[in-house]
Amino acid sequence: MKHLGFVVPLVLFAGLALLLFAGLGKDTRLVPSPLIGKPAPAYDLPALNDPSQRIASSQFAGAPYVLNVWGSWCVECRNEHGTLTRFAERNLVPVIGLNWKDDGDDAKRWLAQFGDPYDAIPVDADGRVAIDYGVYGAPETFLVDAAGIIRFKHVGPLTPEIVERELVARIDAMGKGR
Amino acid sequence: MRRALLAWVLAAFAAFAQAIAPLPFADRAEEERFQSLVQELRCLVCQNQNLADSDAGLAGDLRNEVFEMMRAGRSDGEIRTFMVERYGDFVLYRPPVKATTWLLWFGPGVVLLLAAGAIVRIARKRSKALPADAGGIEDLP
Repeated sequence: MKHLGFVVPLVLFAGLALLLFAGLGKDTRLVPSPLIGKPAPAYDLPALNDPSQRIASSQFAGAPYVLNVWGSWCVECRNEHGTLTRFAERNLVPVIGLNWKDDGDDAKRWLAQFGDPYDAIPVDADGRVAIDYGVYGAPETFLVDAAGIIRFKHVGPLTPEIVERELVARIDAMGKGR
Repeated sequence: MRRALLAWVLAAFAAFAQAIAPLPFADRAEEERFQSLVQELRCLVCQNQNLADSDAGLAGDLRNEVFEMMRAGRSDGEIRTFMVERYGDFVLYRPPVKATTWLLWFGPGVVLLLAAGAIVRIARKRSKALPADAGGIEDLP
């Protein structure tokens, strides 16, 4: 009995320490999206380069694509821009840039300055579509499969590692990129 | 003196109220319903604030969304579901009780019970051990 009294708290402590250790280094700001595995919300928005044109989510159905939420006001979007451009240049899937709560002229100037990696740029001026996508901070990147299901979401700037591990690997597995 | 203090405190709070754009509430009841809703929804950008208190752009958008859903005649439950479908249970300051949140809801109670049990056991052991070890304990002040 005397031994047990010494072991129980130790086991409890070890358990708690393990639990807390597992939490170390985790980014508490990351909110797991409930949209993974769900259909990508539909939208029909004006195009950045020609507001008389509409861009609808249905246009991209049937093949996987990447949706990147960005704004010219977003510092981290600039930081990921090179990585995103290199990914887009590989031409694996279309890259759609949802321009979130931005000024149209600022957005165009930003693209002229840093380059335009996007295949289409729908403008979400009032942020309604971004709310449907559960966006809470740009940049955010979604991978949507051929069936229109959101398969992966990344919050924050893309890095070459994330592009390879999360995007390219998944697109390869889908086998239906362009 | 008291009045002056009250006026000063109210004025101080008014400054905060001004930071958040007012919505065109029809009446007091609608405003109260709105406030009780947004106070239980988390601002995703500044995560330790609720939607009512946050001055972040997204919080403003979500407040408008809540307001418009209220105007469209949606129930509180429907509005909460709208938020959870997009942002997950994390937006709720009172997460629902379900398998994944049992630890969150009942963990502290279980730990408290375990600790209480341990204290009772130790106290019993000590009170039993006391007469036998009395010789040793007498040394203590």
